[in-house]
Amino acid sequence: MKTDELISMLASGAEAIVPGAPRRRYATALSWGALGALVLMALMLGVRPDLAEAARLPMFWVKLAFPSALLAGALLAAVRLSRPGARSGATPVAIAAPVVAIWLLAAVSLLAAAPGERENLLFGATWAACPFNIAILSAPVFAVVLWAMKGLAPTRLALAGAAAGLLSGATGAVVYTLHCPEMAAPFLAVWYLLGMLIPTTIGAALGPRVLRW
Amino acid sequence: MEKEGGVNAAENRLRDLLVRGLAGEAPAYHAFLKELSAHLRAFLRGRLTRLPDEVEDLVQETLLAIHNQRHTYDAGQPLTAWVHAIARYKLIDLLRRRAGRDALTDPLDDELAVFAVSDTDAADARRDLAVLLERLPERHRLPIVHMKLEGLSVTETARVTGMSESAIKVGVHRGLKALAALIRENDEDR
Repeated sequence: MKTDELISMLASGAEAIVPGAPRRRYATALSWGALGALVLMALMLGVRPDLAEAARLPMFWVKLAFPSALLAGALLAAVRLSRPGARSGATPVAIAAPVVAIWLLAAVSLLAAAPGERENLLFGATWAACPFNIAILSAPVFAVVLWAMKGLAPTRLALAGAAAGLLSGATGAVVYTLHCPEMAAPFLAVWYLLGMLIPTTIGAALGPRVLRW
Repeated sequence: MEKEGGVNAAENRLRDLLVRGLAGEAPAYHAFLKELSAHLRAFLRGRLTRLPDEVEDLVQETLLAIHNQRHTYDAGQPLTAWVHAIARYKLIDLLRRRAGRDALTDPLDDELAVFAVSDTDAADARRDLAVLLERLPERHRLPIVHMKLEGLSVTETARVTGMSESAIKVGVHRGLKALAALIRENDEDR
């Protein structure tokens, strides 16, 4: 087939494209993925029994805000990395800011605490389970976000895979706050972040293989 | 300065054609692909000097990629950046498949380079897309053959094939994506 024939074939009857495809695709993916994570959390872990009381404490909202802010940053990164030639703009800042903020908060809280208290602030009672639970809860979002990305056109595949992983990890962490009994900033700064980095790393490794087009 | 002025003119004209094409104006879209193919050819020829026989194949593969991913173009974005990112991605993909047989002769980072050059002198492609098209399953192949090659409407294609109209639209869309995947697989087997 000659190139001119290919051009005629591609142009023939080419219909109008509804704008906003990337946004719609991500909205669909995130809704289904978050629903999947919620169901998984309810079945596997259960909502913490004292959720209503915890929601009255400011720290509960800080705990929710940290992964939520990362979710927003990762979503921005994923959408941009799905479009060829899109500028990264403020994305690195949007991802770094929540991490820096929680580390500062953790440092302040460790410095203010009595030396004997510090270990408890850092490890809580559930440090060993937390990263794995977040990683498991990220699985539904991970799968659907990779699907969304594959239908678009990422050109930097490892980075795009990492953004998909971080987006799923952050969504998993938001959902996990409904179960998790921990309320200390140092705990979040280490174990929540570690949990989100597990799917991020897997995404960076899988991206070049599964996102090709 | 003169080069930059020419690039800007090409950017504006091509973007206008693409935006109209994305709104459903097939002749504008045809003109867009036609002019774009000349830019791609010159751009890729300049960077594949050791694989001159592969230039036209890569022009075709890139055109198909641009068509299949055209929903990712945002009208607020410079067209040069979008086209360059796709052409670069397809070029690097090819060089990876040919690892060791060719090295890049020109740097790839200058986005404006795509529209700075143009070459309408198409060589023959080595890979025949018509042959690859034959290998697609019927649900993909028939809609493409009737609608895209013979120029029938969706309704006429539905009558000829006995498929539903939505199955035909999906078939064209998925079939062209499957064709792009087939190009890659075929190339890796060589």
